[in-house]
Amino acid sequence: MKIEEKIACNAIKNDKESHIKLKQDVCKNCRERFCVYACPGHLYSLSEETGEMAVEYAGCLECGTCKIACIYGSVSWEYPGGEYGVRYRYG
Amino acid sequence: MPEEKLDAVIVGGGLAGLAAAYRLAEAGKQVLLLERGDAPGSKNVTGGRIYVEPLRTFLPSIIDEAPFERHVVREMITVLDEESSVQLEYAQDGWRKQPYMSYTVLRARFDQWFSEKVMEKGGFVIPNRKVDDLLWEDGRVAGVKAGGEQIGAHIVIAADGALSFMAEKAGLREPLKPANYALAIKEVHKLDEKCIEERFGLDVGEGAANLFVGALTKGMFGGGFLYTNQDTLSLGIVVGIDALMHKQPQIEAYRLMDDFKARPEVARWIRGGELKEYAAHVISEAGISGISKLYTAGMLVAGDAAGFALNMGITVRGMEFAIASGVIAAGVAVDALNKGDVSKEYLAEYEKRLRASFVLRDMETFRHSKEVLENPRLFTVYPKFLSSLFNVLFSVSGTPKKGLYKSARAVAKEYILNWEGMKDFWSLRKL
Repeated sequence: MKIEEKIACNAIKNDKESHIKLKQDVCKNCRERFCVYACPGHLYSLSEETGEMAVEYAGCLECGTCKIACIYGSVSWEYPGGEYGVRYRYG
Repeated sequence: MPEEKLDAVIVGGGLAGLAAAYRLAEAGKQVLLLERGDAPGSKNVTGGRIYVEPLRTFLPSIIDEAPFERHVVREMITVLDEESSVQLEYAQDGWRKQPYMSYTVLRARFDQWFSEKVMEKGGFVIPNRKVDDLLWEDGRVAGVKAGGEQIGAHIVIAADGALSFMAEKAGLREPLKPANYALAIKEVHKLDEKCIEERFGLDVGEGAANLFVGALTKGMFGGGFLYTNQDTLSLGIVVGIDALMHKQPQIEAYRLMDDFKARPEVARWIRGGELKEYAAHVISEAGISGISKLYTAGMLVAGDAAGFALNMGITVRGMEFAIASGVIAAGVAVDALNKGDVSKEYLAEYEKRLRASFVLRDMETFRHSKEVLENPRLFTVYPKFLSSLFNVLFSVSGTPKKGLYKSARAVAKEYILNWEGMKDFWSLRKL
């Protein structure tokens, strides 16, 4: 089962605006890409078109691992606003 | 600044927040709990198992009617090498009799039930309300800001989870460090109740817990878990964030979960199940050295927000600490409100009571457990040793077999009877 299919099992209500913001000038100089490896949802990837780091906030599991792993401080991460984001039905 | 003040506002409807709200409401205080999710429990993830014995004195009237999943009667530990494994099982008849020691649990169900209990006592639980910031007055916390509204309170209890934005805003904890946290990934698989009982050899209502250690984390600090719920299985892995960042070659966390699931030792349990949920959460692994400052004028920090979580090797605890710290925080809050003194000096009482309780006593006893548990040899050399040992004992081939003792000693010599092994053995004294 692909990771996208796993995330599709979850109940998620997405806000229009992303709760994760990246500082591209920081990402530009990053070599390790900790976010790509740490995110359990595999939501971070380098955009082939622009070469910029992109995050699919819509599948976010709200664990905060990317915020902790990005020691360069590119990830500003907040909880999605009330009523948005993942709704764990089991937890 | 709002002129009317509530007695207490609680940020976060997890176990610490709900326990605090329950006790405050029970004491007749006006209490408002703000939860960012659709309902308490909807943003929470547990492995999950809760040990109820430490909680009987903290929530005596309700803990036994909680909607747990199954009481655990069997513990299994599976040590995985790359292509083999050793499994240990421990069970005792006493665990099959009431009062039960531990239960498996799913948080969406449990926390929602708990929030109903809070409301029965007269506490207000407001879902879909994210707290954005703290309100300050004369250098002390005096309420919260949520969705453009200002809510004044004599005392605020921050129970907003492992990432606690409130503790950070109050200057009570440092920014989160990778070395102090682990990532947990969990899948919930649906299976028929009877099928679970037959597959695990359980009677009706009984549950099993299985820990996994070894090759699944590819040399990184961490392990795996499997818990039987009523009609689902909770399967997951835990891996240190720092270890994940420094792993060479790099590996995506989600692949660790896939590889783990593909192992026959895991696949046998979840066969035929349907994936219902894919969840992730961070866990504090720093032990007592990772806890935040616990109070400031007008505010207390409880549960995961304070860093109350403990990896004791074969038992991992957090939920009992959350409930107990929530109850203790509420007790201090009630006394502070009655005295009309929410100063930092008075609220120091919170830490004192925590130190007298199992929360900080257990965390103190296991102060050094992380140093022992993050030894990479635990995840590589020792699983290989066990595996090789059983391999020589069980295997029969065309060549004449050496004596068992001789064979076992040769394996031990290869892996553990050396200077490193001695040092590891001595380090166990710290556990």
